[in-house]
Amino acid sequence: MKPEELTSMMEKARADMQAFDHHINVCTESGCISLQSDLLLKTLGDEVKHRGLTEKVCVKGVGCMGLCCNGPLVKANTTLYQNVKSEHAPAIVDSLSSQPVQELLCDTQQPFFTRQKLIVRENSGRVDPESLIDCIAHGAYQALLKVLTSMTPQQVIQEIADSGLRGRGGAGFPTGLKWATVAKAPGTRKYVICNGDEGDPGAFMDRSMMEGDPHRVLEGMAIAAYAVGAQQGVIYVRAEYPLAVKRLTKAINMAHRHDLIGHNIFGTKFDFNVEIRLGAGAFVCGEETALIASVEGKRGLPRPRPPYPANSGLFGCPTLINNVETYANIAPIINNGAASFAQIGTEKSKGTKIFALTGKIKNTGLIEVPMGIRLKDIIYDIAGGIPDGRAFKAVQTGGPSGGCIPADMLDITVDYESLTKAGSIMGSGGMIVMDETSNMVDVARFFMEFCMTESCGKCVPCRVGTYEMHELLDRIYEKRGTLDDLQLLKDLCGMVKQTSLCGLGQSAPNPVLSTLRYFEHEYLDLINQAQASEADRNAAAKGESIKLEVLS
Amino acid sequence: MTSAVSSGESITLKIDDKDISCRSGETILAVARENNIDIPTLCFMEGLSVWGGCRLCLVEVAGSPKLQAACATVCTEGMNVVTASPRLKEYRKMIVEMLFAERNHVCSVCVSNGHCELQDMAVKLEIDHVRFPYRYPHLQVDNSHDRARMDHNRCILCTRCVRVCAEIEGAHTKDVKGRGVLAAIIHDLDQPWGESETCTSCGKCVNVCPTGALTHRGTAVGEMQKKTDFLPYLTLMRRTES
Amino acid sequence: MTNATTKPTVATVWLDGCSGCHMSFMDLDERLMTLAGLVDILHSPVVDSKEFPQNVDLTLVEGAVSSEEDLHKANIIRARSKYVIAMGDCAVTGNVPAMRNYWDRSDLFDRAYVENAQEPVSPEARKALLPLAVVPPLRPHATPLHEVIKVDLYLPGCPPPADAIWFVLTELLAGRVPNAMSVSRFGK
Ligand SMILES: Cc1cc2nc3c(=O)[nH]c(=O)nc-3n(C[C@H](O)[C@H](O)[C@H](O)COP(=O)(O)O)c2cc1C
Ligand code: SF4
Ligand code: SF4
Ligand code: SF4
Repeated sequence: MKPEELTSMMEKARADMQAFDHHINVCTESGCISLQSDLLLKTLGDEVKHRGLTEKVCVKGVGCMGLCCNGPLVKANTTLYQNVKSEHAPAIVDSLSSQPVQELLCDTQQPFFTRQKLIVRENSGRVDPESLIDCIAHGAYQALLKVLTSMTPQQVIQEIADSGLRGRGGAGFPTGLKWATVAKAPGTRKYVICNGDEGDPGAFMDRSMMEGDPHRVLEGMAIAAYAVGAQQGVIYVRAEYPLAVKRLTKAINMAHRHDLIGHNIFGTKFDFNVEIRLGAGAFVCGEETALIASVEGKRGLPRPRPPYPANSGLFGCPTLINNVETYANIAPIINNGAASFAQIGTEKSKGTKIFALTGKIKNTGLIEVPMGIRLKDIIYDIAGGIPDGRAFKAVQTGGPSGGCIPADMLDITVDYESLTKAGSIMGSGGMIVMDETSNMVDVARFFMEFCMTESCGKCVPCRVGTYEMHELLDRIYEKRGTLDDLQLLKDLCGMVKQTSLCGLGQSAPNPVLSTLRYFEHEYLDLINQAQASEADRNAAAKGESIKLEVLS
Repeated sequence: MTSAVSSGESITLKIDDKDISCRSGETILAVARENNIDIPTLCFMEGLSVWGGCRLCLVEVAGSPKLQAACATVCTEGMNVVTASPRLKEYRKMIVEMLFAERNHVCSVCVSNGHCELQDMAVKLEIDHVRFPYRYPHLQVDNSHDRARMDHNRCILCTRCVRVCAEIEGAHTKDVKGRGVLAAIIHDLDQPWGESETCTSCGKCVNVCPTGALTHRGTAVGEMQKKTDFLPYLTLMRRTES
Repeated sequence: MTNATTKPTVATVWLDGCSGCHMSFMDLDERLMTLAGLVDILHSPVVDSKEFPQNVDLTLVEGAVSSEEDLHKANIIRARSKYVIAMGDCAVTGNVPAMRNYWDRSDLFDRAYVENAQEPVSPEARKALLPLAVVPPLRPHATPLHEVIKVDLYLPGCPPPADAIWFVLTELLAGRVPNAMSVSRFGK
């Protein structure tokens, strides 16, 4: 494809779109599909066809619109409907030229929608992820075009560095710096890898990105490859995400067919190919060195760093590895400029972040919010607070590697630094809300069980330490624990954190440490209850004059 | 030497307040041992690739917030290394205690009693009891091989056997299956060792195994003694030949 | 059981052990006489007393905690002793008694009293004779002593050599805390 072709394709696609009088968008991501939105999409299409309206009404499947708890969501022109079923299809088609279907209405003016800031997800819910043309109509590959035709790799890296973008995969490493390191690393063969392993319980931001707007991820990877001097990309997706795999595969094929990836992209000397590798569902394979081993066909085990993948990664070559959401941020930064991106957020955390809201909260689903928003605003405004009149207790961010934040700290802002200061982490974006019915020892035990079963087993502190911490948590929760057990648990936390080989072990104690920090009384209550019965037994032993037969 | 990539350039560093010079590319562990500074290890073995799993060789490096595995960290100019702070000693103790708690080590009836690196480590680190709850897993003894025996109760998953089999013998009969504490050494596609098509019965794995997990058949309590000298010679000979 | 002298009082107990540690204790040989001059041995399998005394200064415990009775004894020992030594691998690690821990207790009983027994002839009849009523019930696991009570000193070894026992006792009597790992180890 030549540069002009992209523009003409976009213009034509836009004109085609405008030729329709009405648009019906149906969410066809995993969440809504599990509520049969695929059937709904088909039914709506049939309904339009039966009425002979195919020229006038465009019905298409789109990515997630966020409010997953009320899915399937359908957008008919500007009206949003929730909890839509196939039998509602005729009513929705009727409504196009008359009054909205009242009982299905979803208020788009509620804070859930108005307080979000959509940059990464701007096209999610608007484009058909399976249609390259539709994506191009919404601006896909414009940034790649701009980069290849008017920027040097150094300029691209500078732009990303200036934007202040930090990795969205958990650690928040400055993306520009990482790209610069890979660009500088000696070697002619380099790789870019997209980390779509997403193993945190309760997290589905990356799945949504891959299912809802796969071309944006590809475009980000292609730009990164150009910047660092790589020709080959790998997307590592967990096999439990079949729809993401299907859509990414389709996106790659379509992009290939239109020479948006492949040889001499936009007539330049830049070549870029992408292949997909499936993970077999091990949390540790999200860790970059384990992921690389897995791509190489080995057991997915982490290895000591340095060397970092930037210097010696896939097959020993310099390798850039970024998260799905990190790549999805690239195109808007290039299109709108680093300055407009850097304007959003706090001093050290720029742009927006996607969160997956789950747990004891009214609105569960996906949100994209500006960095620096108060946690309180997310919980009470956007997420609508706690259902059933219960009280909020804590929110877990960062999944099993993160920590909980209690009610009296909800005023903190959501950015890398404040979350870390509060004893948690930003992580990849999972937010699990707990209400007053949750016991925090049980919460810690849950996450520890996850780490225990996901530990790869390579290093002793994590392999055995997570088991022992889980065992001690079990004892305490089941009222068999002692203060010594609690002390041992604390000692283990410090030791496992300091001595484990990879991030899984190093962060496994975090949920325990943070629940201890804010809810130690819950541990002590359980221990006191255990001790009461122990004390009875000891008193009995002291006074009793039972004969101690030596042989029995 | 431990590191194959020493380029010969000389650098200086401090280990436990001792001024030391070495060639660039050498690991902290190699340099410490050359200078009679003892850093404990279990998974490391001269002549095999670095694994970095036992975490006993963690040391403090000034300026680095994280502890570094001495076996996997290359010396750099001006580095200041502490190998035995109270914190490191405590961590090492905990690690070895955890190995005892993980599987079933009944030294008194073990064929390696008295000749076991894990046992020696407990003595060296003055471990007189294990603070952690014992796990008591139900594990098997693979008695199917005509020369050797694999007792999973005693295995500490150091993977020395896997590495010697793949890297030195070239058979790659052994590998690891499973995750976390459920991980286990397997033969070929997880079949009884005696049925392995690839095992050459060379016995290298038995000799590099630090514990009573891999032993010769017919050994009774305390009788199994390992010979590990062959490995440095073998690697040295191969290097000079090639 | 009165404590007439000012000599430190000592007790020794065995729980689930093989008595090997006590044999090793007896192997102190003539040093036993010296010991008798230094301490009062109030209670021991080798002393003719049935009841564990109050206010013991030092108790040496052999054996793992296997049955409810062991647990009961351990609690009494702890409540009435100032200083408790776990003597030998069974008390320190669980050792051989803990080798039953990988099986369920009912399977163990079946194996010992039904599968491997010959009398009576019918397995059903053997099953009916399982000793479940009179003997103290087994705990799910045989555990080291410190899993159930606080232990002040650990003396590993299977059994700990007499010299090691002597070293530990004389050091303690001299008011020093001995490093037992300098004289013994697991499996010694
Ligand atoms: C146990 C573990 C699991 C991880 N899982 C993921 C994951 O699922 N997705 C991801 O992008 N990064 C994950 N990471 C972080 C990656 O190692 C790596 O830092 C990240 O992909 C870098 O991308 P970024 O700079 O764009 O954040 C994980 C790290 C650890 C230690
Ligand atoms: S910390 Fe855990 S997951 Fe990471 S290498 Fe060690 S055992 Fe494996
Ligand atoms: S392998 Fe070593 S530590 Fe384990 S039981 Fe045998 S002698 Fe003891
Ligand atoms: S069998 Fe021996 S050498 Fe192999 S992993 Fe286990 S302990 Fe290590």
